This record gives sequence, C-alpha cells and structure tokens, in this order.
Amino acid sequence: MGKLHVTTTVNGEPMEFLCEPYETMLDALRGQLGLTGSKEGCSSGDCGACSITLDDRLVCSCLMLAAEAEGHQIRTIEGLATGEKLHPLQQKFLEHAALQCGICTSGMLVASDALLKKNPDPTEEEVRFWLAGNLCRCTGYDKIVRAVMETAAEMREAAR
Amino acid sequence: MNVVNNKWIGQRTIRPDGVDKVTGRAAFAADTTMPGTIWGKVLRSPHPHARIKSINTAKAEALPGVKAVVTARDIVDFPIEKGAVMLGIQDMRWMCRNVMARDKALFPGHPVAAVAATTEAIAAEACKLIEVDYEVLPWAIEIDDALKDGAPILHEWNKFDGKPSNIMGRLESKKGDIAVGFKDADIIIERSFATRPVHQGYIEPHACLISVAADGKTTIWSSSQGQFMVRAMTSMLTGIPQSDIRAIPAEIGGGFGGKTIVYLEPLATLLAKKSGRPVKMVMTREEVMRATGPTSGSKSTVKIGAKKDGTIVAAHGAFYLQAGAFPGSPIRGAVGCSFAPYDIPHILSEGFDVCSNRSKVAAYRAPGAPIGAYAVECVLDELAEALKMDPLELRLKNAAKEGTKAAHGPVFPRIGYIETLEAAKNHPHYAAPLGKLQGRGVASGFWFNAGGESSAQVNITEDGNVVVTTGHPDIGGSRAGIANICAELLGIDYKRVSVIIGDTQTVGFSNLTGGSRVLFASSMVVTQATDKIIATLRERAAKIWEIDPEAVKWEDGAAHPVSPNAGEFKPLTLADLAEKAPSQGGPIGASVQLNTQGAEGGFGTHICDVEVDVDLGIIRVIRYTAVQDVGRAIHPSYVEGQLQGGVAQGIGWALNEEYIYNKDGKVDNPGFLDYRMPVCSDLPMIDCALVEVPNPKHPQGVKGVGEVPLVPVMAAVANAVNNALGKRFYSLPMSPPKVSEALDAPTQQAAE
Repeated sequence: MGKLHVTTTVNGEPMEFLCEPYETMLDALRGQLGLTGSKEGCSSGDCGACSITLDDRLVCSCLMLAAEAEGHQIRTIEGLATGEKLHPLQQKFLEHAALQCGICTSGMLVASDALLKKNPDPTEEEVRFWLAGNLCRCTGYDKIVRAVMETAAEMREAAR
Repeated sequence: MNVVNNKWIGQRTIRPDGVDKVTGRAAFAADTTMPGTIWGKVLRSPHPHARIKSINTAKAEALPGVKAVVTARDIVDFPIEKGAVMLGIQDMRWMCRNVMARDKALFPGHPVAAVAATTEAIAAEACKLIEVDYEVLPWAIEIDDALKDGAPILHEWNKFDGKPSNIMGRLESKKGDIAVGFKDADIIIERSFATRPVHQGYIEPHACLISVAADGKTTIWSSSQGQFMVRAMTSMLTGIPQSDIRAIPAEIGGGFGGKTIVYLEPLATLLAKKSGRPVKMVMTREEVMRATGPTSGSKSTVKIGAKKDGTIVAAHGAFYLQAGAFPGSPIRGAVGCSFAPYDIPHILSEGFDVCSNRSKVAAYRAPGAPIGAYAVECVLDELAEALKMDPLELRLKNAAKEGTKAAHGPVFPRIGYIETLEAAKNHPHYAAPLGKLQGRGVASGFWFNAGGESSAQVNITEDGNVVVTTGHPDIGGSRAGIANICAELLGIDYKRVSVIIGDTQTVGFSNLTGGSRVLFASSMVVTQATDKIIATLRERAAKIWEIDPEAVKWEDGAAHPVSPNAGEFKPLTLADLAEKAPSQGGPIGASVQLNTQGAEGGFGTHICDVEVDVDLGIIRVIRYTAVQDVGRAIHPSYVEGQLQGGVAQGIGWALNEEYIYNKDGKVDNPGFLDYRMPVCSDLPMIDCALVEVPNPKHPQGVKGVGEVPLVPVMAAVANAVNNALGKRFYSLPMSPPKVSEALDAPTQQAAE
C-alpha cells in the first residue's frame, strides 16, 4: 500500500502531508510537519507528553493515526500562544515554576487548556483528575495544579 | 555570606529557558535531525543469562537500506583481568560490556548488536535478521536467589570469602564497637526490610543524534546529565580522541541520576563512523524500562539499641543491594547516609554489592540513601513507640550537630538538622487532628552532596548585557539560580543575564549534573568570574577617571567613586563601559575553572499523613510536609520544586512502583500503565518548609538540595501507615494487593 495523502488544519493553518497507513499523528507532527513540541514519552497513551486536540477533544497523538487528521482541526502546543503573546496558562506556568525539565510541559499545557475550555471553574480535584493522564516526574504536580487553578481564576475574572 | 537584602537572590524570577519550554520550542534530544540522517536500532538479548557463542550479521548487512552493523567487536575492550579503569564512579570494564554484551548476555534487554538503516522500520527488520547463537544459562534476579548455595554465578572470576560468589564487594563504616554499645542498651530493636527495584522514571527516553566526519570529527547531540561524561565515555569506547568529539547537551527531559552513564552514544558513534551518515537513535519506553537504570532492590537488617531515656547507644545496619548485571550498586549511600543524622557512639554500617541478572543499576536521586533510611527510620519509629516517646523528640535527643563525628568519616560543621526537627515539631501539620483510618509518620534523611569540577565563562556583550556559560546540564531550573546570582553581584536586572549550557568544546570541564552539585559548584565559579569582571570594570572606570582603582566601587550596575574624596564623576554603567571597551583594553570577560570544595551534607525531616481504604487496600497520602535545611534558597520556587518532586518519587516507591518479573526472568511491566508512577490525582499538595542555615563554605551559602528530599519519604509513609493501622509493612511497595492481603489475614485465620 502506498502513502496516504492527508489534508488537515494544524493550529489554524491548512496543511497537507503524505503518511504511511500505520504512522501516528505524533510521528507526522514531529517528522514531516516539524512540530517537535509534542513529545514521545511512551507511545502507549500513558504519559500524555504528546497531548493535542482533535476538534477540541483532548487526545494522545501517539494513539491517533496520522490519516485520521483528514478534514479535522488539530491543535498543538505550538498553537497555544498568539504570536509573541503567551497564553495565560503559559505565563502562569512560568511564574509558578510549574515545570522543571519541561518534557511534560507541552502536554500539560495542551491538556490544561482543554480543561479550562470545558470547565472554566475547576476544583482542585477536577484539575487533578483531568491531568491524571499527563505524567510529570519532576514537580510532584503541586505547582502545576496551582498554576492551572490560578489561571482559571484570572481568566474568569478577565471574562467578567 | 557577602549578600544581604538581596534584590535577586531569593526571588522567584522567570527562568531563562522558560519561554522555550512553554511554547514547545526547546530542543530535547529527539527533536533534532541533520541532513542525511539514518536510524539506529539495538538488538537485545531475550535471555536473562546466556553465553554468546556466535553472532552472524551477514543477512542483516545484505538487507537493502542497511548502512552499518556493529557488535561488541567494534567496541574498545577493557579486559577484566587488567583491573579497574575508572571514569568518575564508573568502571569502564563494566561500561564496555554494558553497552554491548561481549561473551555473555546478562539480562533481558542487554544489547548484542546495533544496526543503522535508512528508515526505522528497515533497522528493526535488520535486527531480526541477525543470528545470535546463545547457550542459555541458569539465572538469578532476586538477591536471595543470587546469594543461595549453587546460585548461577554472573562473573565466574569473582570470589567472596574464597568462594565464587555474586557478592562483588563489601563496604563498611565503623565507629566505636557495637558489641560494647549493645551491652549498654536497655532496649534493642532489630528488623529486616526489603525494597523492590524502581526506575528513575524520566519521561524522556534516551536519545542521541551523532555524526562522524571523514576526518573523525564527531558531533554528538544527546540528552544526558553530563556532556563531558558523554564525550569521555564515547571516546574511551570508540577510540576517537576527546578533542575530536563535540558533545552538545540537548535539553534533558529528566534524569534523576539515570542519565549519568551512556547507553546509545558509543553505538551511534560507531554506526555513524561506519556508515558515513548521521545516526539517530531513540529508545522506546520498553527499552528504557528493560535496559536502563533502575536503582537496586534491597534487603536490609537494622538493629538499634537505646537507653530507657531514648539515648541511642549502638546501631548496626547490613544492606544488601542489587547491582544488576555489573558491580556498582549504591552501597556507599546506604552505608554512609543511613545513620548520619544521629550522634551514636557505636555504629557498624555495612553494605554488600550483589550482582544478578537484571539491568545494571544507574544512580537514582541520593543513590542508596533512601533504601538505608527506610530501614533505619522505621526502626527508630518502633523504638519511639516502645519507649513511649514522640518520634521527633527521639530524633532531637540523638540528633547530629556541629562537632558530631559521622561514621562515614567527617566531623560535621554547622549543620541544620536540629532546625529541621524543630521546624517539623512546630509545624501546624504536626498538631493537626487525624480522622478514622488515618495515620501520621515522620522520618529524617541525609545526603552527602557533592562539589567537584566546574567551569564558567562570563562575558559582557557589546551592548552591556551578560552571557554566562556553564558546563552542567540544567534539569531543574539551575539556570534561573545562576541568573539571580550573577544579576545580584553585578547589580543589574536579572533579565539582562543570559545563561546557557556550553558544549564540551566551548566551556571548560564540568562534572556531571549529579550529587546535588550544580548550583553549589556553578555559582561558585560564576561568582569568581563575575568578581573578576567587576575588578576589570573598576579598573576601566579608574583609568577613564584617572584615579586609583581602589577609589572606585561597583554598585547598582555602575562604577562610582568610593567617596567624594575620590573625585566627582558621573557613574559609568555596565553599558557605558561595554561601549568604551574597545578603546579601554578590549573585551570584558572572565572564565574560572575550579575543583569546588565545601559542599556540606544536607538534612531533611518529613511529616506524612495517610488514609487507608481498607476495602480496596489503597493507601493515599493526604497531607505531606517536607522540611529541609537548604542552606540558601537562591530561587525558592525551584528549591521547593526539588522537594516536591523528590517526595512524589518517594511516595511512588513506597506505595506502587516496582519491577515485576515473569517466570522467564523478564520485566513484566515495562511501561507506564503497569509500572505505576504517581499521577496528579494520586497526590496532595506537598508543603515545603525551607530552613536556611547557610553553608559557610559557599559565597552565597548554597547547599545541594536535589537529593535529600527522596531520602526520608518511604519511611515517613511506612510510619504513617503503621500509625493508621497498627500494622507495619516490612517490604515495599505497600501496594493494594499487599495491603489487602495483610488486612485480610486475621479474618482468614478467624474463618479457619
């Protein structure tokens, strides 16, 4: 079987690529599309470092076939900031030191953004369970949870 | 201490590499490629123990797309009989056999060959075409199996007590005479403990990209805890001189000690050399779990004797640690650290290094110390209970302090252990009420901390800003600490200080990111380099003003006359002097290289609350406070981050993490689903109480902070579980099946 031609939208930009039928979305992003912000920690959907959204649904891009992007909207960490302006979550992660090595950070931010879009006022428990699919080995999650809660509060305040 | 009322030291500044890391721009090891890159893959032994009779690579080499194949024949051999060739704490005799099995494969996952091909799929296919003739041998993985009579011997040349043995070495720390000490005791408690191997669990698998030019000039792009370690080991294992190897430190996605040795770099270098193409290698998670790290599983026996008033009179610890395939388990940490928090007149602490058919251990955060502390701190808890003493009071009564001689040698200078105990005792957590099936435990811990070689260059840019280059990979935010210190010394905004990690050919030798050395050592060299620059700046201003350099002071980012007597001059800022540099003696910069000394050990005391779900056997940590003497918190957020991360790893070690082996001797849980590290919903917030007793031997008072916070955790959790249930677990992890079984046991007996 030859390569498949995929037409999709990545971070709001139209994109086309060729992929093997077995290739994952993560491989396509990191390979041909040159978007290496999404990381591969396990390739089994357990660590969440490759988190992206597919039409606003949070998915592990290592568990998604590249061909499945056809006709859909993909968002990755590279699309979170607006030009030079960081997303409030990105800013708050920096202020709270909510990252150490940074390998989980892309996935954490994409997952947190997906949470706040669904639930702008999450409890600590809701944040913890939503992010339970994103492993971080450095921080013990404390500063990540605080950063997400505080971003949510500020975004709610700004939206009033 | 040369700084008080700091502007930047102690501030929670934004880390220099932060924006890159929140936008996905930061380049980790697997994120880079070069034109013409091909892929390398490793063929690994399926057997725990097998003699390699022959390897035939002909079919693999003939596969279209395959560009190179390497086996042990291509790796420089360090013959065992010629004796140790040490690089840091690693013996190259074991390293050369660990990166590629020579005569024997010693664990499932042990590399036996490597292939480079135009695609990953072809490289994987080629691995399958390599024919390895194995003579499968009996194996032993658990310590008891490796030590019993007739156990399969991994290294036949090794003898212990005159007999072939898997005990590769013994280490002891001794003080006084325990026989005398125990005679004086009113109460003696002796218990045995076991821990399982646990993995460092960094989220980024090992990866590298390497090119070797026709003239031998080699470029290594890889993720490690030390680019100089990568260069030296690759040089020794491939024969390429160090001067020809440029090892560039990629951003590193976690290490925790596990990236202090090489696995892929020598193989990729040889594949690149043979093929003439850049070679990229990235481990799968399964390869990481099977063939890298973890730390030792262990068996320990600890005996402590005390007087009725709680004075400890003697202590004996025997720690057996699994080294895996090659010698080198962290017995030094278990032996040296376990009793270090206490002033005990008679101590014997001994460690045994046990080889077995499991991957070779790699360092893991305070290597060996958490294993020893788990045993010692649990026995202390039982002692406190037996003496009806508060466990913190028992520790206070016996606490090491300035002047105490530790069994492992040093006499402690001013240390902050007692302060951590007092802070824990006075913390609201310690007095908070507990509910049903909840319990509270405390434990303390010590780690040596390291200094060692460190280099830094500080250069003033033409526009009057600062670039600092250091040589230790930054895993946890050390660049932010360096920026704070340099900005403080120069009296400028921290944003004007750019901190980068140099590669091996652009910055002087710097030892591994390990031993909690990085901020301690690099801030020492950065301080000295910055002081030199300040001296230059004062000289330049003095020359311009035509006064004596002694009459010029550096303050708030500018040169000023020390007093009106020195003359009336408009201050010359860093930017002014940078602009005038070409006409005033040239570029302004300084570099300093030191073997840093004076890294004093660190102490922590933790309080843990658990709640036990007796129906499901699940133990949850519901509150946790980590108190630590951190010397001086240069960037408090990243200091807290070290404490919080260490605690999380310890909770995983205590409650869930373990290597599980199947009947064929293979790891049965080589992925994050079944190797259960703590996830966000498993943990509470982790409170930190930073005690600051400055290190008198460091210009800013810095002590290492990264490793201590893992040391007390398993004992603190175990003591809390005992407090909740009135039942003590003597082995880790306290996972739901084990807890359920223990809780069900009396019921079963009653039913019988």
